[in-house]
Amino acid sequence: MSQNGKPKVAFFDFTSCEGCQLTVVDSLQDHPDLLAAVEIVQFREAMSEKGEDYLVAFIEGSCTRESDEARLKKIREQASIVVALGSCAHLGGVNSLKYLHPLDEVRRYVYGDQADWYDTYDVRPIEAVIPVDFVIPGCPIDRQEFISAVKALLLGKKPFIPDYPLCVECKLKENTCLFTRGKVCMGPVTRAGCDAICPTYGQSCEACRGFISNPNETAMRDVLTKHGLTVEGLTSMYTMFTTYQVRETLLQRKNANE
Amino acid sequence: MNKRIDVHHVTRVEGHGNIVVEIEDGRIKECRLDVVETPRFFEAMLRGRPYQEASHITSRICGICATGHATASLRASEKALSVEPSEQTQLLRKLTFHGEILDSHVLHAYMLVAPDFLGVGSVIPLATSHPEVVLRALRMKKLAGDICAVVTGRHTHPIAMCVGGFTHFPKPAELENLHQRLVAARADVDETVALFATLHWPQFERDTEYVSLTKPDEYAFIDGEIITSDGARLPAEAYRQVTNEHLVTHSSAKHTRHLRQSYMVGALARFNNNYPQLHPRAKEAAATLGLKPKVTNPYLNSAAQVVEIVHCVEDAIAIIDRLLERGITSEQPAPVKAIPGEGVGVCEVPRGLLIHHYWIGEDGNMTGADCVIPTNQNLANLEADMLALTPLIAEKPIKTMQLDLEMLVRAYDPCISCSVHVLEVEPK
Repeated sequence: MSQNGKPKVAFFDFTSCEGCQLTVVDSLQDHPDLLAAVEIVQFREAMSEKGEDYLVAFIEGSCTRESDEARLKKIREQASIVVALGSCAHLGGVNSLKYLHPLDEVRRYVYGDQADWYDTYDVRPIEAVIPVDFVIPGCPIDRQEFISAVKALLLGKKPFIPDYPLCVECKLKENTCLFTRGKVCMGPVTRAGCDAICPTYGQSCEACRGFISNPNETAMRDVLTKHGLTVEGLTSMYTMFTTYQVRETLLQRKNANE
Repeated sequence: MNKRIDVHHVTRVEGHGNIVVEIEDGRIKECRLDVVETPRFFEAMLRGRPYQEASHITSRICGICATGHATASLRASEKALSVEPSEQTQLLRKLTFHGEILDSHVLHAYMLVAPDFLGVGSVIPLATSHPEVVLRALRMKKLAGDICAVVTGRHTHPIAMCVGGFTHFPKPAELENLHQRLVAARADVDETVALFATLHWPQFERDTEYVSLTKPDEYAFIDGEIITSDGARLPAEAYRQVTNEHLVTHSSAKHTRHLRQSYMVGALARFNNNYPQLHPRAKEAAATLGLKPKVTNPYLNSAAQVVEIVHCVEDAIAIIDRLLERGITSEQPAPVKAIPGEGVGVCEVPRGLLIHHYWIGEDGNMTGADCVIPTNQNLANLEADMLALTPLIAEKPIKTMQLDLEMLVRAYDPCISCSVHVLEVEPK
């Protein structure tokens, strides 16, 4: 707490597009009251002032090099509450597409003979490096969900993040199901909370918020079969934001079977 | 005289960069902008993905110019696949593009640059000292974001854009509402020009080669030929003759050079190269701001952004007039006419020339990609400016020197997280 009794909050970024922090800026412009309720001590993208004493750390971005681990651990030591902000921090996000190719080959494709100049390793969500208390999912985060989460934290409550599939919200929006329009969609297994914004604008859900904790795989297969599709045909969409999760799940299952 | 400036992670810029300046016995020993952002490997990651996904993946290169990346990506795919977007698609893309330029320029000019001139560390203390300035910036930024949201669902990252067109269409009432707000925003725009006309820009001149797109009939943001202030003119497909990307040890972002050791892209380059196509009100704003091409003070890139704010508001009004007049239809995306293919998509995003170059295989999957980012193109020029500026300010107190250098970096509006990727790619 600062002397004025306001909780001190800091924002940090690792490998990301910084779009979630921009969404934070956009969210706050509609909620100046929230800005008055906290003291922001670090937000490199928006301010030069810098304080090392903070209670809550919001972290955007994935960990993609060993040298970033120390910085993450330092944040964890200081902050009482660590919140993963957005898909890159939460899941590894689009950064984890790198997994689909051999790491060395990816480096050479981009940096050629000088690949060794640049430090990188297998992408991971921040929870793979430090314990995370809360997650605000999405690519980018949903403005309303961010505001609700901050309000909950200020009240000492656990932020509510839905654990039901996107289809619930999509139905409430009265959208036409994309499967009936011949498109595949990750809605049946993806965590809701974005108000089904992509299907509402005519695009398939790409699972940027990650899977619900107990996805009904059988029902998903049934939906696919009914529309003449296969899991294999969905592979590309399954891996857009969630390559790290899919890989971890497959590894766990493999280990369980052995 | 020995001095060392080491600004570890410059603030109020997008991404991670460090300014390193070292003066020993009065001689400049080091003068660099280190790009320490983590490498991101987007081009490598695009390979093997269906072309339909490319714009969704590449918009994630940048949270600020997500619409720009998506548009350059769609144009690259469309060129590769001989897709010809309709007039409606082109109008809607231009409209959302203006929304993004406005959003980015307002953010940069008001929230990242203005605090330096008003003697504060960020926009937050300004809310107390200059509330009317902050409220105006927030109003304009909200309008800009709402333009993008009406057309594509949201600004970061746009949803409804696809190869050949759109998957969702704005309602006339939504466009009429935007129109009213844009007309009303003229007052804020005038105030913005008046405010920036009062700022005392650092005096520093260094001529360079200015590179941008150009079109005969409009101030180019999407498509066009590449021109430079040194007289070169070439089709977008020949971009590598201009960019000549190369690696340097202190940066995970590639550098570029054309006819000189470095060149500049962005609002100032567009202003210098395309002044005749600016809206008359934007030209008036330029006169108020004291800008006349060719401007060679890089700090005035922020002033050129203010001129573009005026242009984009006026052009957005004109585009909505045209859309309402012709009516909006829920049309299907324009069809793919040829596959496989190779295509180059070019845009002028807020920070300058953006190029996406794609190779798409027979199965519709990407086989290769090359993206050239504005910030990469500016890095060598920015360092050349730092090198020219440092001797002129070397006698100043170190804090003042540091601020002058930071302001120079900020004037370029660098987007460092965009810049670390890179290429030299041939399809497999």
